[in-house]
Amino acid sequence: MHKLMIVDDSNIIRNRIQRAYDSGEFMLVATATSGVQALEKFNIHRPDVITMDLTMPQMDGLECIEKIIATDPDVRILVVSALSDKATGIEALSLGASGFLCKPFSEEELVESLHELVQD
Amino acid sequence: MKEQKLQIFLNIISNYFDQFGGEELVADTPYLLENKQPKVHDYTGVIGISGGQKGVVYFSATHKLLSSLLDSMGETDKSDDNYIDLAGEVANTIAGNARTEFGSEFHISVPFVFKGAPKSIVLPNDERSFIIPITWHSQVGEIVVCLQD
Repeated sequence: MHKLMIVDDSNIIRNRIQRAYDSGEFMLVATATSGVQALEKFNIHRPDVITMDLTMPQMDGLECIEKIIATDPDVRILVVSALSDKATGIEALSLGASGFLCKPFSEEELVESLHELVQD
Repeated sequence: MKEQKLQIFLNIISNYFDQFGGEELVADTPYLLENKQPKVHDYTGVIGISGGQKGVVYFSATHKLLSSLLDSMGETDKSDDNYIDLAGEVANTIAGNARTEFGSEFHISVPFVFKGAPKSIVLPNDERSFIIPITWHSQVGEIVVCLQD
């Protein structure tokens, strides 16, 4: 069972992700609304899978990814963002993200992306 | 802003509403409007644009349009906070998806959302904006784009 943390400043998006993920494969351990809060909760709960928005107040997702990966390079991070340009996707992956799902997304796309993330 | 850039936003907003299936979004003919009196509905999510382009993109919708969107998302929480959240999230998605065409130098702000008429000016006073009226499930909204060439 993978420990999941959802990071997004939108309550609606957090709820959508919560409703969609497979509870047989993932256990939600934390949610966060900013990069700063995500770091705090990461250190407490140590999820091994994270969904990460990029455009957030206080600390954006790219900076947060960099800091989390520096702490634990094995964490798998799925970026879930409306920033659809290739350069952002490349930058996220270069910082250590494992996947990128562009908003708007269907629940099927989210489930598939999360499942792919944890395949060995 | 040149009119051909409008098609970018038309495609983005159609794609956004397509995710819910069912009734298609209807976008009416865009028109130019002076910024002195911004066109808004019940909730408006505003994104500031900087970098390669400068300006504002916003999404404004009636309470009923947002309620229909929440229903389509399976969201049962119809609190004011969620309407505000959704207006911001739609605006964020529109502006963020525009980076496919405008590139990574199209910097977008965190959304700012307000209810009803804005308390302060959100658009450059001496500019004009393109207004894209939309209708979905018989409810109305607008995408407003004010970008300097």
